[in-house]
Amino acid sequence: MIEARQLTKRYGDKLAVDGLTFTVRPGIVTGFLGPNGAGKSTTMRVILGLDAPTSGSVLVNGKPYREHTAPLHEVGALLEARSIHPGRSAYNHLLALAHTSGIHRSRVDEVIEAVGLSGVARRRAGKFSLGMGQRLGIATALLGDPRTVILDEPLNGLDTEGIRWVRTLLQSLAAEGRTVFVSSHLMNEMALTAQHLIVIGKGRLIADTDMAEFIRTRSRSVARVRTTHPDALAARLSGPDVEISSDQDKTLIVSGLTTDQIGMTAGAAGITLLELTAQQASLEEAFIDLTRDAVEYRANTVGASS
Amino acid sequence: MTSIILPAYAGEQHVSQVRVIRSEWTKLRSLPSTIWCLLAMVTLVIGVGLAYATLRGARPPADPSTFDSTSVSLAGMQLAQFAIGVLGVLFITGEYATGSIRVSLAAVPRRLQMLWGKAVTFGLTTLVLAVPAVLVAFFAGQSILSAENLDTGLGEPGVSRAVLGSALFLTAVGLLGLGLGALLRNTAAGISALFGLLFAPQLVLGLLPESMSDAAYRYLPTPAGAAVSSIHQDPLALGPWTGLGLFCLYTAIVLGLAAWQLRRRDA
Repeated sequence: MIEARQLTKRYGDKLAVDGLTFTVRPGIVTGFLGPNGAGKSTTMRVILGLDAPTSGSVLVNGKPYREHTAPLHEVGALLEARSIHPGRSAYNHLLALAHTSGIHRSRVDEVIEAVGLSGVARRRAGKFSLGMGQRLGIATALLGDPRTVILDEPLNGLDTEGIRWVRTLLQSLAAEGRTVFVSSHLMNEMALTAQHLIVIGKGRLIADTDMAEFIRTRSRSVARVRTTHPDALAARLSGPDVEISSDQDKTLIVSGLTTDQIGMTAGAAGITLLELTAQQASLEEAFIDLTRDAVEYRANTVGASS
Repeated sequence: MTSIILPAYAGEQHVSQVRVIRSEWTKLRSLPSTIWCLLAMVTLVIGVGLAYATLRGARPPADPSTFDSTSVSLAGMQLAQFAIGVLGVLFITGEYATGSIRVSLAAVPRRLQMLWGKAVTFGLTTLVLAVPAVLVAFFAGQSILSAENLDTGLGEPGVSRAVLGSALFLTAVGLLGLGLGALLRNTAAGISALFGLLFAPQLVLGLLPESMSDAAYRYLPTPAGAAVSSIHQDPLALGPWTGLGLFCLYTAIVLGLAAWQLRRRDA
């Protein structure tokens, strides 16, 4: 469980995190989404007590992080991939970390095995690819069998197989009852991974919502309709929130109505449908619209005050 | 597709100072660059000591009573202090440069435990290597100087103090480097500051009138610390233990500032 209350972090003139209040609950994967520079990494550093908040507070498993006496068992974190001295081996990196909490070296072997780095763990980490670095970071995060897992952009630099592996991992960690908090700047990655979404832009909370709810409300439904009478159907479907375009003869692209609504309208009017297909609207676009609003809002307020 | 198989871990996991020291020792020993710097320190103490003893033995002094055969055999310390000081800086700035400091501090949220862990580990490691190094340099140097009957023994007044004091001085320089690295968080800045502290005050003092510079000279870091390794008391210098004590005080001040900054600043 992570509870942020009015969390604010200022670096000089720059407000990196601005009054964030949210709760990350155990048992599900919570995606932390925002464009680059939105304040995701800063928020994560503040959660881990690495940066002190300017105001507000954040508790991890009920306490400020710094007050935990067994921190690796409370929170496992991946902040930056390849946060390792290039001259040191992955094994020794993890062993040094394990020693701080008296974790036995057999556990180091276990996490190395689990993330698939056994073959390279004794070599100098300087030659690791970004993907291997991410795996090492995940091994670091899992070392203490933590109740809460915080991962900053864990999918960066991974190939398709690696991405699927991390997704499965995150979901199984959540299924074990852990709190899983994962950041990303790509909506489509999160759509498949997270059950809950926290979206920030310019340090402010934009959305704190269930993923299914987000998809339902934010992505406009788009349907492709082929019919014998496109003009007649278009006339009946048109409405204030409905956009209709036609890309080829006898075909309409309708957004703002579900396929059910279109089919019923056509049936009631006795218009023959040749094809009626629901098309997945782009979540990425919905996300970009959402965060663009926040950016524009801030830009406008600056313009208005000057 | 590989799914993850990771058993639970049941052991208790409380952070303690002793555990942090063990962690820092693992970090120290697991980097090739550390091993090279430590080898360089030992090699410089012994190698330069031997070379200088050979050189001085080949040109015996006119008045043997002013000849300090102990400090001749320990001449390598002058160079070895830089090797160990630089390693002290690197021991912590290496973590800032690679970002692994955040991993370290997330694991040890009470940050001073990490700094003290580093200081204890690094101080003890340096001392354990420096003591044999100065002893080897001393005995080998004396055996070279004995050809000209210029040698001395550990039992002579002040000699064992000078030999072991040199090892303590090297340790203090290493810790000074560690403190500067922790304070400045940057390798280049840390090394520059270290060399600056060890060299620059003497240069600045040279610009002052002699009456002032003579009075102040003894309080500068390098002359104060070096006083412990000479047998013949320099009239301008502090006493051997007072001098080394003052050097340790400077080191303690830098470490104290570093500790204060470490608690206060974002990682």
